[in-house]
Amino acid sequence: MIINELEKKLRPPEIILDLYPPKVITLANGQKMVVREAKREEIGVLLETVHPLMGVPRDFYDIVAARMYAELLGWFRYRVTNEFVLVGAINGVIAGIVNSRLVDENIGMSLHTLTIDRGLRIGAQLFAAKMEHHLEFLGQKEVWIVAESPIGFRRWMIEYSLENREHLFPEIRHELGGVPTYVLTRALYDAVRKYKVSGQRPVDPDLLSSTDVLKAPDEYPQIPGYKRSKK
Amino acid sequence: MRRVAITGIGHTIFGNLSDFDLVDVMAYASADALDDADIRKERKIIDQVIVANMGGGRLNHQAGIASSLVSRLDLEPAMAELVENGPASGGSAIKVGFATIMSGLADVVMVTGGEVMRTVPGWEGTDFVASLLHPEAEYNYGLTLPAFGAMFTRMYMDRYGLTERDLAILAVKDHENGEKNPFAHVRIPCTLEGIFDSPDANVVNNYIAEPLRLYGMCPVSDGAASIIMCATDSQKIKHFSKKKPVFIAGIGAATDTHCVHERKDPLELKAVKQSAEKAYRMAGISAKDVSFAELHDAFIILEIAISEEVGFFERGKAKDAIAKGITRISGKLPINTSGGLKAKGHPLGATGVSQVHELVKQLRGEAEKGRQVKDPKYGMAVNFGGFGNNIVTTICSKE
Repeated sequence: MIINELEKKLRPPEIILDLYPPKVITLANGQKMVVREAKREEIGVLLETVHPLMGVPRDFYDIVAARMYAELLGWFRYRVTNEFVLVGAINGVIAGIVNSRLVDENIGMSLHTLTIDRGLRIGAQLFAAKMEHHLEFLGQKEVWIVAESPIGFRRWMIEYSLENREHLFPEIRHELGGVPTYVLTRALYDAVRKYKVSGQRPVDPDLLSSTDVLKAPDEYPQIPGYKRSKK
Repeated sequence: MRRVAITGIGHTIFGNLSDFDLVDVMAYASADALDDADIRKERKIIDQVIVANMGGGRLNHQAGIASSLVSRLDLEPAMAELVENGPASGGSAIKVGFATIMSGLADVVMVTGGEVMRTVPGWEGTDFVASLLHPEAEYNYGLTLPAFGAMFTRMYMDRYGLTERDLAILAVKDHENGEKNPFAHVRIPCTLEGIFDSPDANVVNNYIAEPLRLYGMCPVSDGAASIIMCATDSQKIKHFSKKKPVFIAGIGAATDTHCVHERKDPLELKAVKQSAEKAYRMAGISAKDVSFAELHDAFIILEIAISEEVGFFERGKAKDAIAKGITRISGKLPINTSGGLKAKGHPLGATGVSQVHELVKQLRGEAEKGRQVKDPKYGMAVNFGGFGNNIVTTICSKE
């Protein structure tokens, strides 16, 4: 593909990131959720998955979905640097999405966690996978985190005992609106790792291949009566 | 002696209803009961409304709930009172309603229990429930109800050889029932692999208060349930012809020491035993006559301990019965056919009423497919307040 000179100027410089090794998590209902890194060519189905939730105000789904939609587009159109996206898929159907990016080699900027299937702690598992990628596979020193919902605040700030760096504003500020910034340091991560990070590797090849073609969910518990129109 | 029939039942879904007003939630369940009894138009025949609620004042900033509900349902001039008796408020309200009819003060009584707890964060809700503990001897030391549940479980494990795996087997059974109950808060089945055997289980089913894990605890729920009772010797019974009535065969209540450490043996739930004995005596039956039961499993250990105290199993033997499937829907003595507090949820004031709602549903043969007990005759509900210091047992019968 030929990229013209102006487009080249618009694109940010990028660090080539190590890939997140896929894993499988056995959920409470016995289902196997494959967690793997999403590919750029899968952005279409990711956008399709996120889109309906932009109209759901409950539990702040609207703002999380709208921001994630923009971040995915930013990744697709090369308007954000060093972004990675992990998906959780059950039988190939997307159950949750998380995204994040690297500010530099030491600092990670956690963006969003969006759960479709609820009641199985999928969001918590995917958030933990995102932290695992930042700190274990990408070797970063810390991850900056904000919460947009009370559920997020309870799950991240409280359960991980995140360090509040609000007093260091504006030197330290998360890029999502300048709201209070909390930080997961390696020490904090190590302290909770065994209670928070699940999943087994390697993933059985047949199971992994079930996610070769990701599918958007047909139903959303957040939108009673929703049915995806068939193409 | 008068006889009391349950002639209408209503229920909301249990779950997160924090967008709704507390009295509205109760009104939905009450209206459902009016419809079930087919007396919406003739609703003024109700003489008395009794509301069961524990946290309206503190969690919803609402007082005078009973008269508010009467007004919301256009039931004036019915008498109205609130019963607050901790998590046993529902059972107590039914007992007070029963006594009101027996005394001749009323012929038709509506009992509605409801709670909207998710208006506050989880820790605030836990703190609120902990306020029922002794303020100086228990609460001040940081004790909460989950902590009591955990200590009780550990003692029980040490004495009777119960394992965490036994508790997981029980959770699987409760969720199997809850999945089929349209009112249940958690309608997700779980598997033994998922919550115990898998290497991921330690995270997926994490400890909340060791040795109790997530799947050993009831969720924090909102919701309401309602029943309508009528004296069978009243002229008003003629209004209730739509459905075959279910009868309150026996009802009993008992208390134990406020402080758990004052009990000779903390594993002995004396008030459970005593309340059950009173209910059996009134019904003229014994434990072996009970076809199925709803037992207050706010912590999963309580299903085991209560089932032993009421005489279903010898002490320390309930786990064997569970392993053999005796307490499953298809077993000889199904327990917590609704999913129990574990899966159905536990909106404090609603719970005791919801348990009796389930008894009526089962005795009428109206439970959902896969959840209906075969030809039940007597159903028993045990509503547990405090940490065993205030118990109400209700026995319902088909005839």
